[in-house]
Formats: sequence, C-alpha cells, structure tokens
Amino acid sequence: MSVEIRCALSAFLFYREVPPLGEEHLSKIEGATSIMNLFISLIAILVLTLLALGVAFSAGLAYLLTVIVPYAAFALFLAGFVYRVAKWAGAPVPFRIPTTCGQEKSLPWIKTNPLESPSGLPGVIGRMVLEVLLFRSLFRNTRADLYDQRPVYGSAKWLWFFGLLFHWSLLIIVLRHLRFFIEPIAPWISGISAVDGFFEIGIPTLYLSDIAILTGLSFLFLRRVVVPQLRYISLFTDYFSLLLILGAVGTGLLMRHFFPTDLLQVKNLALGWVTFSPVVPGGIGKVFYIHLCFVFVLIAWFPMSKLMHAGGVFLSPTRNLANDNRRNRHLNPWNAPVKVHTYEEYEDEFRDKMKAAGLPMEKE
Amino acid sequence: MSFVKIPTPDKLIAIRYEPPETSWMDTPTVFRPGTWSYSGAAKNLTALDMPNPRAWQPSDEDWKLPENWQQIILEGMRERLEKYRSFKLFMDICVRCGACADKCHFYIGSGDPKNMPVLRAELLRSVYRRYFTESGKRFGRLAGARDLTVDVLKEWFYYFYQCTECRRCSVFCPYGIDQAEITMMGRELLNLVGCNINWVIEPAANCFRTGNHLGIQPGGIKDMLEFIADDIEDRTGVRVEVPLNKKGAEILFVAPSGDYFADPGTYTCMGYLMLFHEIGLNYTFSTYASEGGNFGLFTSHEMAKRLNAKIYAEAKRLGVKWILGGECGHMWRLLHQYMDTMNGPADFLAEPVSPITGTRFENARSTKMVHIAEFSADLIRKGKLKLNPARNDALRVTFHDSCNPARGMGLFEEPRYIIRHACNHFHEMAEDTIREKTLCCGSGAGLGNDENMEMRMRGGMPRAMAVRQVKEKHGVNRLACICAIDRATLPPLMEYWVPGVTVSGVHELLANALVMTGEKDRTTDLRGQSLEGKTVDETL
Repeated sequence: MSVEIRCALSAFLFYREVPPLGEEHLSKIEGATSIMNLFISLIAILVLTLLALGVAFSAGLAYLLTVIVPYAAFALFLAGFVYRVAKWAGAPVPFRIPTTCGQEKSLPWIKTNPLESPSGLPGVIGRMVLEVLLFRSLFRNTRADLYDQRPVYGSAKWLWFFGLLFHWSLLIIVLRHLRFFIEPIAPWISGISAVDGFFEIGIPTLYLSDIAILTGLSFLFLRRVVVPQLRYISLFTDYFSLLLILGAVGTGLLMRHFFPTDLLQVKNLALGWVTFSPVVPGGIGKVFYIHLCFVFVLIAWFPMSKLMHAGGVFLSPTRNLANDNRRNRHLNPWNAPVKVHTYEEYEDEFRDKMKAAGLPMEKE
Repeated sequence: MSFVKIPTPDKLIAIRYEPPETSWMDTPTVFRPGTWSYSGAAKNLTALDMPNPRAWQPSDEDWKLPENWQQIILEGMRERLEKYRSFKLFMDICVRCGACADKCHFYIGSGDPKNMPVLRAELLRSVYRRYFTESGKRFGRLAGARDLTVDVLKEWFYYFYQCTECRRCSVFCPYGIDQAEITMMGRELLNLVGCNINWVIEPAANCFRTGNHLGIQPGGIKDMLEFIADDIEDRTGVRVEVPLNKKGAEILFVAPSGDYFADPGTYTCMGYLMLFHEIGLNYTFSTYASEGGNFGLFTSHEMAKRLNAKIYAEAKRLGVKWILGGECGHMWRLLHQYMDTMNGPADFLAEPVSPITGTRFENARSTKMVHIAEFSADLIRKGKLKLNPARNDALRVTFHDSCNPARGMGLFEEPRYIIRHACNHFHEMAEDTIREKTLCCGSGAGLGNDENMEMRMRGGMPRAMAVRQVKEKHGVNRLACICAIDRATLPPLMEYWVPGVTVSGVHELLANALVMTGEKDRTTDLRGQSLEGKTVDETL
C-alpha cells in the first residue's frame, strides 16, 4: 500500500488531519514498528485454511470435524468461559472504586447524574446496560491532536460506530444461525432473518448484518494495520481474533452467494449435533468445511483469548458499583489490621513541645 | 522554581506522536534528567518498616535489589491477583482498542508510546502473561509475554512514576480499565523490593510520625495557624480563633497540610478560618490528625490505611460528632472510596448534620465525613452567608476539576456553585478538559518534585493549554481548584505555559467575598492586593 493511501486511510479512520508528508515523515511511517505480529497472524490463518481444505478432502478427517470437534469445541467454550468468569468473580472486590463520570448524589437541590454516577442499584443497572449494549464509554471517544502548538480534542466516533456495528451484527448473525438448530424454526428467528433481509437485494437475499459485519471488521482490522500507534500496541491475538472472525464471515458469505450449499444437509447435521446423533453429511461442499473449521477454532479460542472481554465487562469494578461510598459502608473481606502510630505514642514523643505550645493533652 | 534545565515551551511543545522503530519490548528505558524522581531515602523506608532501605538512584546501573527480587515480585503479583478483582480483570480483558491512548496527559505531552495507558498497562501485563497464563508460558512473546528482568523492573519504575493515577483513561475505556489501579499495583510491587521515590516516601514517613506530610510538629502547626489568623486580622480587622485538639468540639476539621504551610494554600486556609468564625462553628483542628492527604495511597493500600487510621482515631478521642474535610484531591479519593472500608465503621460518630442550616448530609451518613464544598454550598443555598462577589471583580476565574474529586467522587457542582456566588466573572474551560474529562495538573500521585520538572511541564501541558485558551478568550487570570497538590504545582505550570494566571482554592474566593460581622472596610483581598484599581477591562 502506498504511503499516500495509508495516510488518507489514517486520516479517515482516525478522523484527523495528517501533517504534510516531509521526507522525514515518509521514512518514519515506512520504518515504523515491527509488523511481525500481523504477518504471523496472517500465516496462522492461512495454515488454518489449508488444514480446513485438507479436512474437506479427507473422509476420516471430515468425520472428526463434523462429529467429534463440534462437541470438543463447544465443551471447551463452555468450560473455559465459566472457568474464566468464575476466576474473576471469585476474586474479592476489596474497595468500591467506581469511576464517577457525573455528579454524585449529595445535596437534594443539586442535580445528580444517576447513570454516570449511580447512587444505587437501578442506576448501576442503567449504566451497565448503556455500557454493554451501546458502548457508552467508547462513545465519549475524542481525538487529541496538536494544532497550532496546542492540543485540540476532536470528535472521534468512528471506533464507537464501527465497533457497535460489528458487535450487533455478530449477535444478529449468531441468532439467525439458530434456524439450523431448531425445528420448527421459531417465529422470532424467522422474524430476525426477514428484517435483516428486508431490502431483498439479490438472490438469495443479501443480509444487512452481513454487510455490516464486513464493514465493521474491515474498519477494525484496517485501523490496526494502518495507524502507527495501533500497530505498535497490537499483539498477535489482536490481529488473529479479527482475521478468524473475518474468515468465518467470509466463508459464510461465499457459501450463501457463490458456492451454494445444501442447506437441508446443513440443517440435518446441526440437528444431529443438538440431538447427540451427528451424521457425517455427504456432498456438502468444501467451503462449508472451511467455514466450520473457522467457527470451531473461534469457539475454542474464545475463552482463552482477549475475546473474554465479553464476560469481563460485566465484572468491571469501576463500572458495576454504585457511587454510594459514604452512604453505605463497603466491606473488604481481607481487611487486616495494620501497624499504626497511635495518639498516645504521638503525645509521648511530642509532650514537651505540646506543653510549650499550650496544647491540651491526655497526660500532663 | 527553576526552568533553566528544561527546554523552553516552544521546544517542549514540538511533540512527535510517531512510535519508535523498535518494538516496545525492545526499546530500552532511558532515565533522562528531568523526567524521573529521586529514590526514597533509606531513613524514610526504615521509619515505615519498608523493605530494602539503601542508598541508590534510578540512574545507577546497580539498583541493589535483594537477591531473590524476582521471586518477591512474582509472589507479590500472585497475592494481589487473588486479592483484587480489579487487578486480575484488568490484566485479562484489555483488547488494545487504543481508546485510552491519547487521553493520558503524559502521552499528549510527551508522545512516548509507553505513556499510552494501554501500553503502560502492557508493561505489567506482559509479565503477568509470562508467569500466570498458559499461553504466555507456552508461547512467550507471540502471546505478548516477556521475562521479568532488571530492565523490565526499571521500565516499570520509570513509567509507573510517570502516571498520576488521575483515572482519565478509565472514563474512556469501554471496559472501565483503570490505569490508576494498575499503577497502584505496579508501585506496590516495586515497593516490595524497595524501589520508590522520596517525594512519596518522605511525606508518608513524616505523616506517620508527626501526623502530616510536611513533618510539622505540634507547636509549628499552632504557630502557622496563628500566623494565618494574624493575616486575617490584618486584612479584615476580625480576630478569628484557632481551636486545636479541642475536646468536645462538634466537628473535627481535617485539611491537607499544604493549606497551612505555603502560599497559595494558606489563603485557602484563611478562607476556612474566616468561614468557620463567621458562622460560629464549634470545631477543632488536630495536630495529630493534621493531614487529610495520604501519600500512602501512592505507596500501597496498606500504607494508605496506616496513615488514614489517625482521622477516625482522633475523632473518637476528641469526642466530636462528625468530620469535615478541606479542599484536597487524592485526600478525597481516599476519604470517599477507602476510609470507611479501611478504618470504619465510624459508629462512634453521628450522621453529619450542619449545625447552621440543619441540613442532613445523607450522602455521608456512614463515613461521617463531609466535603467542605458540600458544606459551604449548603450554607450559601440556605442564605447563611452574606457575600459581596464584587470583591473578586479583579479576578476572572476558571475552575480546574481536580482529578480525584472529579473521577473518584463525582463532586462537580458544589465548587461551581460556590464560585458563581463568590465571583462575578467565571468562565469554564473547553468541555473536553473539565468535569469527568478534566486534565491532570501533571504532578499528582507524588510526582510534584523539582527533579521531575520536565515531565511535570509535559504532563501539565494539556491542562495549561486549556487555561491559555480561556485566558486569551475571556481574560482569565485566576485558576481555581479544590486540591492542595494543584495549589502547589499549578503555579509553576502556569508560570511556564501561561504566565499571568494565578492559582487559588475555592474557599479563598469565598472568603474574599464573605462579609464578616465586625469587619473593617476591606480594601484588599486575602493576598493583600488592593481591591481598588484592579477592576478588569470590561471590553475583554
């Protein structure tokens, strides 16, 4: 990618003005930070795809993928998720440390901010709902730039917007997939699909959530690759997680729009999983196997990766606690006695000086 | 205050935000003069029974660590991962979205990527992964893990003492990850092997022994307060009393010691004394609990508790009904979010009720400690104070939300209410720089020392520039705040970036405007500056 395009992209993604490109600037961008983590992630995804192809062409491995792996992956996911959350939940919260982003409840005539500085459970629930469903904190995002020798803070809602787009479309897609697992298909699932394909573009209908998730993922991936600061902080897992989901989405779209898959077979397979009587499907298309591979790796990878933020966000003590510290005492389960300097010791040390200053004392 | 050793403002502002060419794990930490703080002196460590007291400096090659230092750190980490959900969770759930990156005043002011909160946290996370997660143990660097080496420890020291625990990043983090929490853990770990800074440890040691950070002994406190009372008499003609260690007082008043020690804090202290005298409050100062601030908070939770214990103990000994607290930032983080948990329950005190207005401070019914801004705002609201805001007409005021009362308490409206009633000219700074998004003074959490001056000017730059904006737009010449560290460190920051702006506490402004019974014709403000001929140009 040329430097100019990258800068233009950077300007768009970060919604910032990019300084003019001097020679020095060029070399900086070209040479910036190790990009190894990105390459390794790409290689990992490539290897995964090849493995999936191998599976698709081998009957024995296909059995493994469609009969054994689904249970293994799902079991790993469930056990891992529960384990991780239990580990967090098991750790005590010694202090009540909400980050207060609004006026506390104090004097009755002062307007409080119940959602940003909740004084009780209803406010906390409201705050968490906003946080989990609408990414409230990310919505605050600004962009600091030096302009005319002073920092300015511009609005920067792109990360919020595309992040929200990605997460919500992922949820809708997962819910849509339930149609494979439930017979007869529940009306609400068909309802979601109908709304999702409302515009009836193309045959089969193009789902809006599919476009949305591709857009969201592309943004999240590109900003990681293009923006030097983000590339600098990105680890293997950051790229890999995105690419894995991108792989699952991509193969899903391929199946739906370019390499049609026998949906009856898919449904039989899925129902087989649910009823614990899985049967290896015949002639179901190679792309389907790759899709399955990506999905199972994703499911198994989930609990051991940063994707667990999905569970962790609910437990964050700066968000899920009320700002009522002085109203209700918070208990620390391991509160231990400490060595203090008592008044008696203090008076003993400074008795003469206190006396000289005429200060009242316990012992004269 | 000397700026000779640091670059001029126009050089300092030339900040590059491009990360270096080498990956952050391979970029060594350079202890450049002006960007770090001197080590904790051995005598102070000894006074607090802290490990590994010795003579050393961060710029030394050999830090004289204990032989088994790695084991101590890792064991300390394990213990804290089990004791703090915040720590465990914040080690695990970051997705490195980067939303926090340019929210840190130190990053904005330095461009050093390790000052992005996300990367500052990764300094610790990488070690956590290496020793406490399966993927880190197995895949090492590929999983973002690295060994705990002396260089890593030095890097921790450099960057955890380049964080003011202001919590601004945690406002923007989608998971509420709070770098202050991570820095606190990092500093606790460093303390286990005796790596700390003197600007934190000396005040803590002083506070443990004498009751206040500055090490002022009982007679000294009395002298200083009497001196302040003399100044009040000089300005107002009213003699105020200075009750000290008075048993049977209704209220114990605890202020940060900076307020009776040095300008411009002393003017705020004058404000307290004048207010209490005017309303006839039955209160007392204490020489034993002569400090509300708590540099233990910048050391470890245990040290915070050790230093804080004296407040409840003294309230009990003196037999007061409840406690009133002065204007201080981290003091209120501790009083609001920690004190009751650490050293409560305060069941020997009564639910705070203002003896003047009868207002019940229900929000403090358990901790039994009220912020003076809450107390005074209530007095004004109930019409108990006679104010003449014209006495502040020479001032065009803006208000700096101090980090801790903002993001660790939610105290936004009360100080503004007081300022609006005490001053005729009040101008807010830009929205992205106030309230929950307030920018730090750059010198909090123990970093306000002279050897760290360049970093302080860098970290304070975003705040200073916001002040400069209102200075240019509205002619602002006074920066009000409710924090003693602000009052100590914002003046040099203003001098460096925005000359012509002075700093004061909110209660100095209130006392300027306060019409006292029996006062003489007030011709000067509390600073002794003439009220005449200093009216601001209305055309501005």
